[in-house]
Amino acid sequence: MGETLLDKVWRAHTVKMLPSGQTQLFIGLHLIHEVTSPQAFQMLREAGLKVRLPERTFATIDHIVPTASQMRPFGDLLAEEMTVHLVRNCQEFDIRLFDLNSGRQGIVHVIGPELGLTQPGMTIACGDSHTSTHGALGALAFGIGTSQVRDVLATQCLAMAKPKLRQIRVEGCLARGVYAKDVILSIIQRLGVKGGVGYAYEYAGSAVEAMSMEERLTICNMSIEGGARAGYVNPDATTFDYLKGRSFAPQGGAFDRAVAWWRSMATEPGATLDDVVTLDGGSIQPVVTWGINPGQSVGVGDRIPNPAEAPETDRAAWTEALTFMDFKPGQPIAGTRIDVAFIGSCTNARLSDLRAAAQVARGRKVAKGVRALVVPGSQAVAAAAEAEGLHVIFQEAGFEWRKAGCSLCLGMNEDKLKGREICASSSNRNFKGRQGSPMGRTLLMSPAMVAAASIAGEVVDVRELLR
Amino acid sequence: MSGDSVRRQIVGRGIPLPGNDIDTDRIIPARFLKSVTFEGLEQHVFVDDRLQAPDHPFNEDRYQGASILVVGLNFGCGSSREHAPEALKRWGIRGIVGGSFAEIFFGNSTALGIPCLTVAPQDVEWLMGTVAHHPEREIVLDVEAQRVRLGDRTIPARLPDAARKQLLTGTWNATAVLLEAGEGIERVAKDLPYLRGY
Ligand code: SF4
Repeated sequence: MGETLLDKVWRAHTVKMLPSGQTQLFIGLHLIHEVTSPQAFQMLREAGLKVRLPERTFATIDHIVPTASQMRPFGDLLAEEMTVHLVRNCQEFDIRLFDLNSGRQGIVHVIGPELGLTQPGMTIACGDSHTSTHGALGALAFGIGTSQVRDVLATQCLAMAKPKLRQIRVEGCLARGVYAKDVILSIIQRLGVKGGVGYAYEYAGSAVEAMSMEERLTICNMSIEGGARAGYVNPDATTFDYLKGRSFAPQGGAFDRAVAWWRSMATEPGATLDDVVTLDGGSIQPVVTWGINPGQSVGVGDRIPNPAEAPETDRAAWTEALTFMDFKPGQPIAGTRIDVAFIGSCTNARLSDLRAAAQVARGRKVAKGVRALVVPGSQAVAAAAEAEGLHVIFQEAGFEWRKAGCSLCLGMNEDKLKGREICASSSNRNFKGRQGSPMGRTLLMSPAMVAAASIAGEVVDVRELLR
Repeated sequence: MSGDSVRRQIVGRGIPLPGNDIDTDRIIPARFLKSVTFEGLEQHVFVDDRLQAPDHPFNEDRYQGASILVVGLNFGCGSSREHAPEALKRWGIRGIVGGSFAEIFFGNSTALGIPCLTVAPQDVEWLMGTVAHHPEREIVLDVEAQRVRLGDRTIPARLPDAARKQLLTGTWNATAVLLEAGEGIERVAKDLPYLRGY
């Protein structure tokens, strides 16, 4: 009987079984950032402990950095203080930091793959729920809390229960104007925001196999929004081509030997899966959320549903969402006026995302009254985009071209919604207050759809602009 | 492990928080994460919800001093921020009982010694209703027996084995437990091709 990637990676990293019944799992790569690490370092200091394998931890700064100007010291004193702490902690504990003048800074889940730090067969942890992103390369990657950041720093291990495995197969070809974001939003819409609790998701099927690495990153990124703590795609030729030549990837002969091992870690045919779900990729249309969790979405051509038709357990949540969003059941989602457009975040701020948005924005103008910003996922993405002139396309259309960071995804820097503003956003969360204004509203969609909305001033089907 | 880290039973007054899918952004909005410590987080628990709804349970006098939070389904979904259970703990919450919990939130709470017990949906409703009528009554979260007692009624509850053992043996702070593996940790590292060198 064959084994899954989950089985193999889990076994290779098992240190021992703990009395609690959990596994002590070795963590091959630990990524940290300024928000969830300072308390962990403090706990370490208080316990008189060292970082066990400092060479397996890498740091960047992303959540609180300003994206208009990144001159230090930052105008925001709290942001400056957090940055100073991160720099100091990294120095004290001998951890490599990709800071603002490294040319390699960016959102932690963008730079891990981009630098070749993220590799197949690894276990990866980061104090951030979207760590699931790294699974796109065939790694097992888990978001953790601050106490666990402390555990990994001190022991390079986590105490974890092995999840069950659900394979999600997306078959067929995606239509033009339909992107990885639409696929993952459809999956979450179908399985629900808690459908994945206790599971890791293995994404497979012909549509996933045909995807580029960046598209797979988008899919795996939002596993956590479906309740699954980890999500992965089995490593294949796309993975190996992506990694070849990256800074931290094996080089020369070692690369070929690595490929052999990576291949050997993939799920074998006939392996036992706890569950399989299949979706028809060809029937997916561009998706837009209408509510306050990422599972509350419809196709752009559809109407906002009526809570009366919701499953019993969701009825109250749907009503609450409609009240908060000030939407009526039966109202078409297309035509919803927007105030802000945000292209960014670890879900959709890689080069291919910016290209897709630029293709829509080229030669057009952002609608009057709409504030539109593009925030590249990393300094490297920004440089690559500038090299092909994407920033000019955006700027000529009326978008602000910003520096790398999390920005309006969670509003921890000065980029925030104001009051009741509605934002068309390529990020991953539409929770109440997520974008910095307690009453602000978020519509999640693909970067191309955000670009289309920013030009129309309202939600539109991007396929109309691609004709 | 010291005796005061053992969590056999949590006893205290309840505070009901109706609703499903309450995410950690609502428990503690991101703007309050701008700090290098957890200090003062208790002042901002559910702050936006509380401003919008003056009758939010965390605003009500009758629930002040409560230590057992009653919640619906998928509580604590979203961001992995440990600031969420930290804020609740600093506000005074010692145990949570509800329909279900998001995984990272559950782990973070356990790591802080806060048991999260799961009960059936009709029992959640009953608990919420009863606490709202009798906020003065004590709830007993029995980690050992996996039960919740309120007044003369006892309802079955569930807590995954691993978390239960950690709480009962006072080993929920995992660092010490993990360190016991000693050189076993390096042995695993040595066998991994990507660390050993391909
Ligand atoms: S971009 Fe958003 S979701 Fe991603 S790490 Fe930053 S804040 Fe978190």
